[in-house]
Amino acid sequence: MSALELLTWARGDGLAIALAICAFGILLRLFEIFSLGRKADLSRPRETSPGSGWRTIFSRSLPPPGLLKRSPVTYIGGYVFHIGFALTLFFFVPHIELVRGLTGLSWPGLPMQVVDIAAVAAILALFAVLASRLTNPVKRYLSGFQDYLAWLLTLLPLLTGYLAFHHVVADYTLMLALHVLSVELLLVALPFTKLFHTVSVFVSRWYNGDIFGRKGVAS
Amino acid sequence: MASNGPTIAEVLRQQGISRRGFLKFCATTASLMALPPSMVPAIAAALENARRPSVIWLSFQECTGCTESLTRSHSPSIEGLILDQVSLDYHHTLQAASGTAAEAAREAAMRENAGKYLLVVDGSIPLGNAGYSTIAGISNLDMLKETAAGAAAVIAVGTCAAYGGIPAALPNPTGAVPVSAIIKDKPVLNVPGCPPIPVVITGVLAHFLTFGGLPELDALGRPKAFYGESIHDRCYRRPFYDQGKFAETFDDEGARKGWCLFKLGCKGPVTYNACATTKWNQGVSFPIQSGHGCLGCSEPGFWDAGPFYKALSMPIGPVKAAVGAAAAAGVAAGVAVALRNRSAKKGAQAAHQKVTVDDLEQKK
Repeated sequence: MSALELLTWARGDGLAIALAICAFGILLRLFEIFSLGRKADLSRPRETSPGSGWRTIFSRSLPPPGLLKRSPVTYIGGYVFHIGFALTLFFFVPHIELVRGLTGLSWPGLPMQVVDIAAVAAILALFAVLASRLTNPVKRYLSGFQDYLAWLLTLLPLLTGYLAFHHVVADYTLMLALHVLSVELLLVALPFTKLFHTVSVFVSRWYNGDIFGRKGVAS
Repeated sequence: MASNGPTIAEVLRQQGISRRGFLKFCATTASLMALPPSMVPAIAAALENARRPSVIWLSFQECTGCTESLTRSHSPSIEGLILDQVSLDYHHTLQAASGTAAEAAREAAMRENAGKYLLVVDGSIPLGNAGYSTIAGISNLDMLKETAAGAAAVIAVGTCAAYGGIPAALPNPTGAVPVSAIIKDKPVLNVPGCPPIPVVITGVLAHFLTFGGLPELDALGRPKAFYGESIHDRCYRRPFYDQGKFAETFDDEGARKGWCLFKLGCKGPVTYNACATTKWNQGVSFPIQSGHGCLGCSEPGFWDAGPFYKALSMPIGPVKAAVGAAAAAGVAAGVAVALRNRSAKKGAQAAHQKVTVDDLEQKK
């Protein structure tokens, strides 16, 4: 199998299989989570915090007072990674073409150099948070196999994409095939690991904010 | 090589090519093949003194486009003349002889130049049924094996001979295979392209005559000097790709301004060939310059590598149907899991035994 044939498989059947598993998994888990439900809260809600759930969706993106100083790597690394990753994912023109091919939607992209910087920043941030996870005893204690797996699965698409774009390590065709395959691996793992937070993060923030609000706790 | 007849230099002089023009060709060939300038005299000396090499050209499942590309040019170029001056002892499109006489010419060339002649093949070889493609009643497979046995090297010209090409495209009704799938004991050099660039052939020929062997090849059997870089990397429209400026259709503002054709399906990024540098028709133009994306015609399996007009990053499989079916299955599985969880909850509630204070008191 030549590199082009591998790429053709990755763009064709490979992508169809990965997206199918991803869609299956996301819907399965959403149904599972939502159908579990909660016991009705029979107590009268406190009146001090209306709209607490919606507010929490945004406020949880900001560090509580003092925490930025105490764990700068977690916060700054987290920001740089997520913003860099989002810019790379949504504003690299070939990625927009992929979305257009799937859904018909498209929007203007960014110049390649800007995306390049964003990708490098995201990769560096990933290594910074990994170093922090390994050196901080509390983080290390809290980390399991799945955390390291999620880290690796997130790194691979960024790294292979970067190498493909710059034509290093292997020729572009092979690197592009590996890039697409690494994304497919990420898609397959997404519903069944902590990476599911990409789907559930705002739902759980709303829920936490709302329930705390009902109990009168600031959020 | 055939030992009789004039040398290539003598023939070129007869055709009115000056020594200056000849040396210029040698210098161009050296630079095209990434050889140091010190090699130019060696190439010139080798080409000057070489007797016309015997070439046997076999055409199998092909369209004659490769021969057209290599033999037809608007004005006779030095590379064209050199190609004309090889002793093309057998080429059933170009030779005057036919029938038994033609086959006799091939057999005579094989016998007289045993172990020395170059075998050029265009077209793929059908393995499905010997009758799919025959010449003088001989199957392509038998003729290739027989002729390759005494060849110094085999040059597979065109994508069909190099990788199977269009005859091998799915569902490959004739069971077409490339030359390299059959010839394992000889050096096989691939010159893919649909058709390939003529100067690659003469470059390889010059290398063969100068060094007595084939140039350095890549993993796909192609001379690195010509196939070492992608069209995209050498494309004059590359700056527009980097700036994010793309033609959206073939006649929009971007297309008129000559912006990048990536969105229109250009396969330049995954195609390794010299089109963007040597160009076609004596350096006039190449497909991207004329406003159409690269089809990737010199890559293995290019015909089955997705639609020509879809961007490289676009999906090419039955994604929508697969995702739709998987989503439906996901909903069904989700509902099943929900029902199971509910019944487990109800079961737990039903099995729940209430303990009263009296019960606890009694146990004491």
